[in-house]
Amino acid sequence: MRDVRLLETAFDPALEIERFTAGHPQSGGVVSFLGQVREGGGVEALELRHYAPLTLPGMRQLADSVLGRWALDGLLIVHRVGTMAPRDPIVLVAAAARHRRDAFAAADFAMDHLKSESWFWKREKTADGWRWIEPREEDRRDLARW
Amino acid sequence: MAARLVFLGRLEDAAGSGEREVAPGPLAEVLARLDPALAVELLGERVRIALNGALVAEPGGVVLADGDELAFLPPVSGG
Repeated sequence: MRDVRLLETAFDPALEIERFTAGHPQSGGVVSFLGQVREGGGVEALELRHYAPLTLPGMRQLADSVLGRWALDGLLIVHRVGTMAPRDPIVLVAAAARHRRDAFAAADFAMDHLKSESWFWKREKTADGWRWIEPREEDRRDLARW
Repeated sequence: MAARLVFLGRLEDAAGSGEREVAPGPLAEVLARLDPALAVELLGERVRIALNGALVAEPGGVVLADGDELAFLPPVSGG
């Protein structure tokens, strides 16, 4: 029903989606979102930090609120921490539901809240060295949609 | 024994390390013993505080005891 993970090492999004979908044969729709490290802009590496006492518990609470809000058969949230290279997967959200609209909305809601409310701090490395990424105003506006 | 301060995100750069041991006591006294520039950053309006893993609504009332962990959490930038 609820599978929420924080990973220190790389994951395979295709394999995760395959397993999640196979685990929900009764669902008519599975919606997934994959976030990956953007290539370009001179970015050589991206690092995501977390605070263990808050980050995973907060992700589990988010999953519970998603499950309380939409009629889902299952919800998957996988999030990386640590140092990643361009094109590495960062986050995967998948929602399985009897009807597709619930799955679309649930995945959208979960991503907006992961981006602007979950306890992650991001920095990127370019030729100039490491630089912390400040929160984006768009992310806060996205949250106001809900 | 001592209490521990944890600095997340850009606050780690401001502090020069991810964590620091401090003498226990009221938060105001703990901060007064830090570099003033760092203390100002830690007291920033958008910095949240967690005591032993629980968010604190009223940081003014925090008194650190031996073994406590106080984390300073700047605005997040995840996903």
